[in-house]
Amino acid sequence: MGEQETYAALDVDLHDVELEAKLDKTWGSRPGFWRAIATVDHKVIARRYIVTAFVFLILGGLLAMAMRLQLSQPEARFIGPDRYNQIFTMHGSNMMFLFAVPVMEAMAVYLVPLMVGTRNIAFPRLNAFSYWTFLFGGLLLWLSFALDTAPDVGWFAYVPLSGPEYGPGKRADLWAQMITFTELAALAVAVEIVVTVFKQRAPGMSLDRIPVLVWAMLVMSFLVIVAMPAIMVASSTLILDRLVGTQFYNPALGGDALLWQHLFWFFGHPEVYIIFLPAVGLVSSILPTFVGRPLFGYLLLVMALIATGVLSFGLWVHHMFVVGLPRVGESFFTASSMAIAVPAGVQIFCWLATLWAGRPVFRTPLLFVLGFIVTFVMGGLTGVMVASVPLDSQVHDTYFVVAHFHYVLVGGAVFPLIGAVYYWFPKMTGRLMSERLGRWAFGLIFAGFHLTFFPMHILGLWGMPRRVYTYQPELPWAGLNLFVSLSSVVLAAGFLVFFIDVLRSWKNGLPAGPNPWKASTLEWATSSPPPAYNFRRIPVVGSRDPLWSDADLPVAAGMRTDRRELLVTSIVEALPQARESSPSDSVWPFWTAIATAIMLIWSIFSPWAVVWGSIPIAVALIGWFWPKGTPEDES
Amino acid sequence: MKAALVIIFIVLLAGCGGNQSALEAHGPSAVALKDLIVLFTLLCFAIWLLVTGFLLWVLARRRAEPRQDQAAEQRMTVAVRASVAATVLVVAGLTVASFHATRSLNSGADDAVLVSVKGQQWWWQFTYKDATQASIFQAANELHIPVGKDVRLELESIDVIHSLWIPSLAGKLDLIPGRKNDLTLRADRPGTYRGQCAEFCGLQHGHMAFLVIAQDEGDYRQWAAAQAAPATEPSDAEAAAGKVVFMSKPCAACHTIRGTPAIGSSGPDLTHVGGRQTIGAGLLETTRGSLAAWIADPQTLKPGNNMPLVPLTSEELRQLSAYMEGLR
Amino acid sequence: MDSIAPVKTLTVIGAISLIAIAAAIGWAREPRQYRTDPPAAAAFDQLRLMPDGISGTPPEVYFAMGKPYESTGFDLSQGKRLYSWFGCSQCHGDGRGGKGPSFIDGWWLYGPSLVSIAASIRNGRPHGMPAFKDKMTSDQIWQLAGYVKSIGAYSASVVAPSRNDDKTNRPAENRAPAAILFDEGPAPLHPDQGPSP
Repeated sequence: MGEQETYAALDVDLHDVELEAKLDKTWGSRPGFWRAIATVDHKVIARRYIVTAFVFLILGGLLAMAMRLQLSQPEARFIGPDRYNQIFTMHGSNMMFLFAVPVMEAMAVYLVPLMVGTRNIAFPRLNAFSYWTFLFGGLLLWLSFALDTAPDVGWFAYVPLSGPEYGPGKRADLWAQMITFTELAALAVAVEIVVTVFKQRAPGMSLDRIPVLVWAMLVMSFLVIVAMPAIMVASSTLILDRLVGTQFYNPALGGDALLWQHLFWFFGHPEVYIIFLPAVGLVSSILPTFVGRPLFGYLLLVMALIATGVLSFGLWVHHMFVVGLPRVGESFFTASSMAIAVPAGVQIFCWLATLWAGRPVFRTPLLFVLGFIVTFVMGGLTGVMVASVPLDSQVHDTYFVVAHFHYVLVGGAVFPLIGAVYYWFPKMTGRLMSERLGRWAFGLIFAGFHLTFFPMHILGLWGMPRRVYTYQPELPWAGLNLFVSLSSVVLAAGFLVFFIDVLRSWKNGLPAGPNPWKASTLEWATSSPPPAYNFRRIPVVGSRDPLWSDADLPVAAGMRTDRRELLVTSIVEALPQARESSPSDSVWPFWTAIATAIMLIWSIFSPWAVVWGSIPIAVALIGWFWPKGTPEDES
Repeated sequence: MKAALVIIFIVLLAGCGGNQSALEAHGPSAVALKDLIVLFTLLCFAIWLLVTGFLLWVLARRRAEPRQDQAAEQRMTVAVRASVAATVLVVAGLTVASFHATRSLNSGADDAVLVSVKGQQWWWQFTYKDATQASIFQAANELHIPVGKDVRLELESIDVIHSLWIPSLAGKLDLIPGRKNDLTLRADRPGTYRGQCAEFCGLQHGHMAFLVIAQDEGDYRQWAAAQAAPATEPSDAEAAAGKVVFMSKPCAACHTIRGTPAIGSSGPDLTHVGGRQTIGAGLLETTRGSLAAWIADPQTLKPGNNMPLVPLTSEELRQLSAYMEGLR
Repeated sequence: MDSIAPVKTLTVIGAISLIAIAAAIGWAREPRQYRTDPPAAAAFDQLRLMPDGISGTPPEVYFAMGKPYESTGFDLSQGKRLYSWFGCSQCHGDGRGGKGPSFIDGWWLYGPSLVSIAASIRNGRPHGMPAFKDKMTSDQIWQLAGYVKSIGAYSASVVAPSRNDDKTNRPAENRAPAAILFDEGPAPLHPDQGPSP
C-alpha cells in the first residue's frame, strides 16, 4: 500500500460533512431483512436486547398478576397447583434470567462503548451471537409454558425435586437448558464489556476518569465471568443425572442433594449483585445530571463496587441457613452477609451527600432514583435481618423473604432501570418521553409497589410460606392477601402507563437534540440517536466529566475511513496504542446461534445430540471465522 | 406508606397472626427469636427513618446553586466517614446479637421426648421412640408434646427436601434426603400450634401442614398410651361393614390399621385417624362428612396427592366413613 | 443506518414467534391427568383379552385419551413409584427377575402388549403372580403396566423414567436396559422361546 493511498483513507483533512458520509458508508448497515439480521452495531443489538427483555418483563408481570389472582382468597380455584407451580417457576426464572440480567447487560452493551468513546463494542459478532442465543433460550422457555410442559420446580430447582426421580417429563430439563442458553449469552457480553473497557477507551480516559457506570458494568462483567460457570456446571450435571443416569445428586451412591444448593447459590448470590451493581451505575449517572454537580466520593464508590463484587462470593450460604449447617460455618456467613451492608451503605451515603450539595431538578429520572433510595434502603435493612441465622430460621422461605428480595430487586434495580429508560430514551431514539406520564408512572409504580410488597413482610411473620398455591380459610392471611392482590393492580397500572409512554414517545416524542439534560458523559457528545460510527472523531478526555469541564471537546484524528477501525489504548492511562480493525456485518453469528440452539434443545432428548449437533456448529463457526485477508491492526 | 407503618407498629405491639405466627411465641426458642426480630426491626426501622428523613430534608431545602467548594467537600467527607463508621458499628452489634441468640437456642435435655419425623410428599409421619430408639407408635400430621419438656425431633426425608416449621415454637429446619437433622423444641403452655412445610416440595406443598398439640404431662401420657394401643373394634354394624370395605378395597394396600390385616406403609397410619383434629395433612377438620368427602374424591380436594380415587358405592362410602370416624 | 430496520426485524421475529407459539399450543398442549374421571377409570377395567389370555384390545377410551400410559413421562414415573410401593421388586427385582420372570430378557410370557401386562397385574397369572385388582385402582394398574412395558423396551424412549435416587446397577429405563440383549449377541435367549408358551 502506497503512502498516498494510506493518507487518502485517513480522516485528517476531511470536512465534517464529507467525513460523516464516508464513515456512514463504512459503518452503516444496509436496509433489508438479512442485513438487519447480520448487523453487529452494538446500539442496534442492545436495543433489540432491551426490547426483548422488556417483553419478557411484561409476560412475567402477567404471570405475577395470575398468581395474585389465585392468592386473593383462601382455597381459590382459579389456577390448579400444577399450573401455579409452573407459573411461579416461570415468573422467577423469567425475571432473573430473561429480564433482569439481560436488560442490565443490554444497557452495558448500549452505553459502555458510547461512554468510553469508541465506535463499536469489542467482539461485535459475539455480541450478535449473544443476542440470538438469549432470544432462543427465552423462546424455548415460553414455548414450553404454552405447551404446559414448563418447569415446575422453582427458579432454583432444588434436587431431588428437579432430579430424575421426582421431576418426571422434560420440564426440569427445559429449565436447565434455558439456563445454559442465557448464561452463554451473558458470558459473551461480559467478555465484550471487559475488553471494551480495558482496551477501547478514548485517549486520556485513564482508570480514574471512567464514569462510575462503566466501573459498575466492569465489576458486573467480572462477577458474570466468575459466577456463571458454577451454574453451568450445576445445570449440566442436572441434565446428566436426568438423561444418562450419572449420580451427582444421588445421596445413595455418594452424591449429595446439598451439592446442588452450593453450586446454585455460589452463582445465585453474585447474581443478585450482577443485577444490582449496574443499577448502582445507572443511579450514579443520573444523579449528578439532575443535581448539577459531580458525584461525591468517586473513589469511595468505585471501591465500594469492587468490595461488593468480592464479598458477594462469600455469602452464598445465607440462602441455606436452615439446611442444618455446623455452627462455625453459619457464624462466618452471618458475619460476611452483614458485612456487605457496609459497601452498600457507602454507596447510599455518597448519593445522599451528592444530593445534599446539589440542587435537585425533579425530572422523572430523578424521581425514580429517589424512589430507589427509599425502597432499596428498606430492602437492604431486611437483608441485614435475614443475614442473621436465628432470625432467618423464622423468615426463610416465607413471604418475608419474598418481600425482601422484591424490595432489593424491584426497588434496587427496576426503579433505577425505569429511571434510566427515561434518561437515555432521548439518546436511543432521539425523542423525549412525556414528563407528565412519567410522573404518573412513577407515582403509581412507587405507591403500588409499596402497597403490594410491604404487607408481605407481615404475612411472612404471620407464618405464610412462599410458593404455596393456596392457603386454608382458617388462617388469618386472607385479608392481607386480598389487599396485596388489589395493590398489585395499582403497580401494574403504573407499568402500563410507562409502556404507553414508551410507545407514544417512540413515534411522537419531542425531538431531543444531542444533550437534552446537559449531562457530563461522552454518550451525550454525539447526536441522538448516535450514528452507526458513534463519534465523528474519537474524543480526547481530560477529566471525569468531559462535557462539563471543556467548552469544546478535543478530538483525535488519524483514523481510517475506508474500513471499520477502532482506537486501542492502554489499560491504565488510556494512551493510544494501535488502530485495530473492527469486524463487519455477518449473518454467521445468527446461524451459529441457530446451530447452538438445535444442539442444546436436542441434547435434552438424546446425549448423541452433543456429537451430531456440534457438526452444524462447527460449520457455522468456520463461516464466521473465514479469513478475509484484512490486516488486524496498525500501531 | 403511612398505613404500612401503622400496620407494622400494631403488629409489633399487639402480636397477632393466629397459631402459625412467629410473633405468637409460645416456646423458649420462639420467644428468643421473637425478641431478636423485634430488636432488628426497631433498629432497622430507625435507620430507615433517619435515611428517609435526611433525604426529605435535603429535597425540601432546595438550594439556589449546587455547592462544589472545598468546605462543602470537607463536610461531606466527614459526614460520610461518620456514617460508614456508624454502619460498621450497627452491623457488628447486630452480628453479636445474632450470635447471642444462636447460643441461647438448641439446648436439649437428655430425657427429651424423642420423635422421628419423616417428611414425604405431602404429609408428615411422626414415629414416637423410646430411649433405646425403638419405635413405640406411629402417628401422622399431628404431633402431641408434653408442656414444659424438651422434645427432640429427628428430621429425615423419604423423597424430596421438606422443611419443618412451627413458628410459634421454633425456627424451621430442613428435612434432606440422605441426611439427618435434629431440632429440639419446647412448649411453655398448652395449646394447638400449626406447622407447615416451608421448602417447596412439589404439587401439594401448600397442603402439607400439621398440628402440634401441647398438653399437660398427664394428658400427654394418656394420649400416648391410647396411641400405642391397637385400633378399637367397630362398635356398630355400619362401622363393621366399613371395616370389611377397607380390607377388601385398595385402602389396605397403602394404609396400616394396627390390629387388623391392613399393613400398607405408603400412606399414613390410620389406627387412630378419627381422633386426629384434621385429615389430609391439615386440609380439613376431621368429621364424618369430611372423611367421606376425602375418600370419595381426594384428587379434587388435594389435586395430585398420592391417594387415588377409589370407586365406591355410596353405601360403601357411608360405611367406610363410619369406620374411619370410629378409629379414635 | 436508522431505527426503522431493527424495528421491522423485531416485528417480523415477534410475529413468527407468536405464530409458532400459537400453533404449538393448538397442536400439542398436553396437561397432566391427576384425576381420571370415574367413567374413564371404569372403562379401563374392561379388558378385552383373546381367549388364551395373551393379547387383546385396550378400551376405546385409551385411544381417545392419546395412549397416556405409554407416552407420558408423568404416568410412567407414577408407574415406577407404584412398582416399589406395591412390592413388585420382591419377585421381579429391578426388572431383571428373581422368583418372578425378568422384564428385560426379550421374552414376555403373555405377550408384550400393554393389555396383557395390565391383565397380568389386575387378575394375576398362574405360578405365583397375585391379582392386584383389590389392591390398586384401574388407573394405577395401567400406570404400572405402562412402566413395566418401558423396562423391557429395546430402544430408549424419550419419556421413560430415569434413574431413582437409590442404589442401582442396571441402566435406567430411559437408557433401554433391555438393549443389553443385543450387545451380548444372539446366544442368551429364553429357553422357552417358541410360538406360544
